[in-house]
Amino acid sequence: MKPLELYVHIPFCIKKCLYCDFLSAPSAGEERQKYVTELCRQIRTYRKMAKAYHVVSIFIGGGTPSILEGEQTGAVFDAIHDTFVLDEDAEITIEMNPGTVTEEKLKAYHKAGINRLSIGLQSAENEELKILGRIHTYEEFLDTYRLARETGFRNINVDLMSAIPGQRLSGWEETLKKVAGLRPEHISAYSLIIEEGTPFYEKYGGGRDKLQLPDDEEEREMYRSTKKILGEYGYRRYEISNYAFPGYECRHNLGYWNRTEYLGIGTGAASLLNNRRWNHGEEPVILSIQEQMEEYMFLGLRKMEGVSKSKFAGEFGRGMEEVYGKVLKRMYGLELMEEAGDFVRLTERGIDVSNAVMCEFLLE
Amino acid sequence: MIAVAGIDQSKIRNFCIIAHIDHGKSTLADRIIEMTGLLTSREMQSQVLDNMELERERGITIKAQAVRIVYRAKNGEEYIFNLIDTPGHVDFNYEVSRSLAACDGAILVVDAAQGVEAQTLANVYLALDHDLDVMPVINKIDLPSAEPERAIEEIEDVIGIEAMDAPQISAKTGLNVEEVLEQIVEKIPAPEGDPLAPLQALIFDSLYDSYKGVIVFCRIKEGTVKKGTPILMMATGAKAEVVEVGYFGAGQFIPCDELSAGMVGYITASLKNVKDTRVGDTITNASNPCTEPLPGYKKVNPMVYCGMYPADGAKYPDLRDALEKLQLNDASLQFEPETSVALGFGYRCGFLGLLHLEIIQERLEREYNLDLVTTAPGVIYKVHKTNGDVIELTNPSNLPDPSEIEYMEEPMVKAEIMVTSEFIGAIMDLCQERRGVYDGMEYIEETRAVLRYHLPLNEIIYDFFDALKSRSRGYASFDYEMDEYVQSDLVKLDILINKEEVDALSFIIHADTAYERGRKMCEKLKEEIPRQLFEIPIQAAIGSKIIARETVKAMRKDVLAKCYGGDITRKRKLLEKQKEGKKRMRQVGNVEIPQKAFMSVLKLDDK
Repeated sequence: MKPLELYVHIPFCIKKCLYCDFLSAPSAGEERQKYVTELCRQIRTYRKMAKAYHVVSIFIGGGTPSILEGEQTGAVFDAIHDTFVLDEDAEITIEMNPGTVTEEKLKAYHKAGINRLSIGLQSAENEELKILGRIHTYEEFLDTYRLARETGFRNINVDLMSAIPGQRLSGWEETLKKVAGLRPEHISAYSLIIEEGTPFYEKYGGGRDKLQLPDDEEEREMYRSTKKILGEYGYRRYEISNYAFPGYECRHNLGYWNRTEYLGIGTGAASLLNNRRWNHGEEPVILSIQEQMEEYMFLGLRKMEGVSKSKFAGEFGRGMEEVYGKVLKRMYGLELMEEAGDFVRLTERGIDVSNAVMCEFLLE
Repeated sequence: MIAVAGIDQSKIRNFCIIAHIDHGKSTLADRIIEMTGLLTSREMQSQVLDNMELERERGITIKAQAVRIVYRAKNGEEYIFNLIDTPGHVDFNYEVSRSLAACDGAILVVDAAQGVEAQTLANVYLALDHDLDVMPVINKIDLPSAEPERAIEEIEDVIGIEAMDAPQISAKTGLNVEEVLEQIVEKIPAPEGDPLAPLQALIFDSLYDSYKGVIVFCRIKEGTVKKGTPILMMATGAKAEVVEVGYFGAGQFIPCDELSAGMVGYITASLKNVKDTRVGDTITNASNPCTEPLPGYKKVNPMVYCGMYPADGAKYPDLRDALEKLQLNDASLQFEPETSVALGFGYRCGFLGLLHLEIIQERLEREYNLDLVTTAPGVIYKVHKTNGDVIELTNPSNLPDPSEIEYMEEPMVKAEIMVTSEFIGAIMDLCQERRGVYDGMEYIEETRAVLRYHLPLNEIIYDFFDALKSRSRGYASFDYEMDEYVQSDLVKLDILINKEEVDALSFIIHADTAYERGRKMCEKLKEEIPRQLFEIPIQAAIGSKIIARETVKAMRKDVLAKCYGGDITRKRKLLEKQKEGKKRMRQVGNVEIPQKAFMSVLKLDDK
């Protein structure tokens, strides 16, 4: 049996954040119920395929999945348990926003087998939360966090966001310290990306308001200080934007970069099975060996440990040096990448310009 | 009076229309064609004689055109008008002069609001040089700003020809154009020549037709030519037998039995190459040749050179095909293969001038769908080597080592700039900056003067015209003619990107202006070259001496902070797009240079 990750997408939220370009929207209760029923039906259609796999992780992502009632979440997990074989120690995460969970809901999560919570906080400054169009305050987050701990959750992630309009380095450091002080097991620290089609793009995409965004230099300063501050609190950076106490790295997330097979269920979900990728509702695209090699590199390099040369050779029957020797040499020369035993990884400077580095690994 | 094949020579009028750009030359030609009923208004497309899309768009005439019109005059007689439209730009001066030589008179169109301009003068002098009778016409009298009296006065004072009874017309509305037609009959002399003498015909243009081969446009000065006549091109020595003769309808060729002295028409003779039929050459009868060719033939040589490279290297054969096709119709276009380290395979092309260059470039891009990278245009420098050899240098990369150079020469022009007095200072400054040598000034009226300067050709081929316009708020007009070569302190300016010389950016420049231009080029390149993974020094150098330097800092940030599993296809697309963007750039050493960076340095803002 092969390892499999499951991703379940819940495309509902209370109010869309101003920077959000994910498939998510406010909804009526009736609509949500219909969606959950359909989700459960779809999960059960995989019964036959499920026999070849054991599930190592589940991620319920959104939107704001915590918007569902406890019973609805329970129903989804009933369908999953009916269909798939789950590992004893499977990592099972649900995303939530402060203010959308009650003690009762958290207990229902526990019962369903959820053992990891991912709380979208973004900032410890209420002013910044307002700018982002978030629905909660920092105090409400604290309540949710305490409640989660009290209910017995021992693996919690907090999402934070840097480079918020108007944010300065000192404010960001303040947020990091406040949150790290709470000692969640995992912290995701992303920098804001202004995506086309969002209200933020309209406002900050160009023109004078753009100037409210920290410049590249300051933004990078924030990234560097993230590593430093979180390091002082015992967090280890294991991915471009992710930090964890040792042993608490998000396995589901790492699975994407390791190209573990995953099945996505729900409207905004993507899947990778048998070297075929597809987004919900689209035709699967078969990945050529070349594309697989490219993915191995540009996905794997998101991990701080980098990519393994021996694993590359084992998987593709060709050495990494043979395929990418020229690029690697150039990248070493520019000090954007380095070798560490069997691994090849980005340097600090390489992380800053990782897109430019990664696109070097696309073959002709 | 000799009757020729039913046509009375005294009833023929061969003329052209000359004017400063935008004074309404083509509009008047249209109106004449329309009013003589050659085309119904339905067939009438604006500016019939400008065939090419490009000509219509830019309002310039590139190739000479001719049309035959029948006009019934007020005296009841029918006249045959041969209107020969000439290219109106200094680049095509020689073609203009040959077209004029095919005429007996010229209509001079002067804008009632603008009055006499630089090209008006240049064109009139050219016409007078060819002993043409010049008949002035005042155009655009419908404009509110029209001052026909002033225009007449200027024509009489500045040019010195009678203009009191010049028709005052609006070619646009057709007002008084009838009067122009009547004056053509009265004022333009009928042609002369003996139809029985040995053939002597002047080529004033030729074009290539895939069915008929080369079609030669000519004016028969003496003798007669018809189907079967063995002909000889006296300068090129090409021989052929005439397949067809005829005259010019509007946009079509109408065959006829013969062309005889005084007539304007075309000859086809299964000639495959326009190079055999050079403008200005004399056609004679091979078995009964005339004793002397007509005067004035010269081989036109390109004045301005640049490298042209396909943006996509794989299109190199396409570029060659396109250039060959254009050359079929344009004997003055020259090209030969060259290789650049930065740009790959391309051609060094020679042009009559910058407009000619721009036209060819635009036609290659539009008609042949080619994306081009063009290097800085340069002139032909004469390099006198210490061993006594003289090299005509068209590509800066071929400049010998400085130790082998005794001295260098560059071509000069005599320029005439007509400008209102308030801008004289600004224009003089401009000419000084461009190393001009003042050669005199005359007031043509109280508020307007003609400035004369000797200018190096290489100083006016970049953006002189634009600078002239911007410093005179569009009021200055400009014309020039080629002058001799003079010794000059020239150097080769090289651009180094990341310490590597980029051959496509090298050019020859006067030592005094090298520093300034080097600095500007570095600044411009800094703007155009995107930040890359490492710091890139951009340097301008003369020999081993660095005279300017800029730095493109290393890219600070290019990272996708957030990436979900579901985003992998999107992430791939993003990376592919980024990679695609790099492909459109030129790789020089480790540095990627956008195509447009090569072009941007051609137009460096003056102020």
